[in-house]
Amino acid sequence: MIAGVLGKKLGMAEIFTEDGECVPVTVLHAGPCTVLQVRSTEKDGYQAVQLGFEDKKRHRANKPETGHVKKANAEPKKFIGEVPWDGEDEVELGQSIGVEVFEGVKYVDVTGKSKGHGFTGVVRRHHFAGGPATHGQGNRHRSPGSIGQSSYPSRVFKGMRMPGHMGVEKNTARNLIIVKIDPETNTIAVKGAVPGHNGSYITIRRAKAQRKGVMHKNQ
Amino acid sequence: MDAIKKLEMECLKDDIPEFNVGDDLDVHVRIVEGEKERIQVFKGTCIGRKGSGVRETFTVRRIVAGEGVERVFPLHSPKVASITVSRPGKVRRAKLYYLRDRVGKATRVKERRIK
Repeated sequence: MIAGVLGKKLGMAEIFTEDGECVPVTVLHAGPCTVLQVRSTEKDGYQAVQLGFEDKKRHRANKPETGHVKKANAEPKKFIGEVPWDGEDEVELGQSIGVEVFEGVKYVDVTGKSKGHGFTGVVRRHHFAGGPATHGQGNRHRSPGSIGQSSYPSRVFKGMRMPGHMGVEKNTARNLIIVKIDPETNTIAVKGAVPGHNGSYITIRRAKAQRKGVMHKNQ
Repeated sequence: MDAIKKLEMECLKDDIPEFNVGDDLDVHVRIVEGEKERIQVFKGTCIGRKGSGVRETFTVRRIVAGEGVERVFPLHSPKVASITVSRPGKVRRAKLYYLRDRVGKATRVKERRIK
């Protein structure tokens, strides 16, 4: 069993369930991916499958890339990543993998790169409340306030939440419910939002851990 | 994009009657009470339509016990069982929000004669 595929975030939509509920969903391309390499316990110490998603023009790939995909008899890929594999079923190099890995799966984790927000203040970055709006406040509407004491410790503690760059980091949205699988267009629809902008590359895999208070059995 | 459109197209109803802003409507709403399902009718004037595709909604206004009541229905929701036009109205606005400020006889909308 291969635990997931690589894909692309297409965008969000609304659909109605049979009992009339309106569900916000994110539509994701799930494959088709090509198996580029098989990681085995003997050689690599763990079991996984390396997948490639979306072909790249040959002249854009460098020689190491071209040589790597040649072993699987594939075109150079735009997005390459690994997904876990239990080693039970046979996997061949060059094999195509798509939405069929999610057959019978109810919950997935989706990993992507979050949207970039640039240099942001503490109100946006850490959900600080900011300062008071009135009563003679001059310049502290969105300021962080005090960041420590004076004579002791006389320094700012490490990890103090401050303004800085936000976004463009790896994020995982866990335990998203699969609402629909469409093998025809190789897409799946999951309930809720997924990190990243539309068109960004993502990794979709079977839900790893069970969220507190959510009862589900995946495998 | 096409996959998103395809997904939303599947949710669209194809049996929606033609109705316009200003029409008096009977909206049949499915209501689930425990195990049983029954249909409730909400009668009123359509004072606006908003959005497109699956997100399209329409607002129906009526006066209940001297108090104005407005309900917003998603047009393609399975909970809206059917819509019938009881009296077509003749209006010159897309949104009839001016009806909110009126009471009694002034809330009437001119009838549109169907040729």
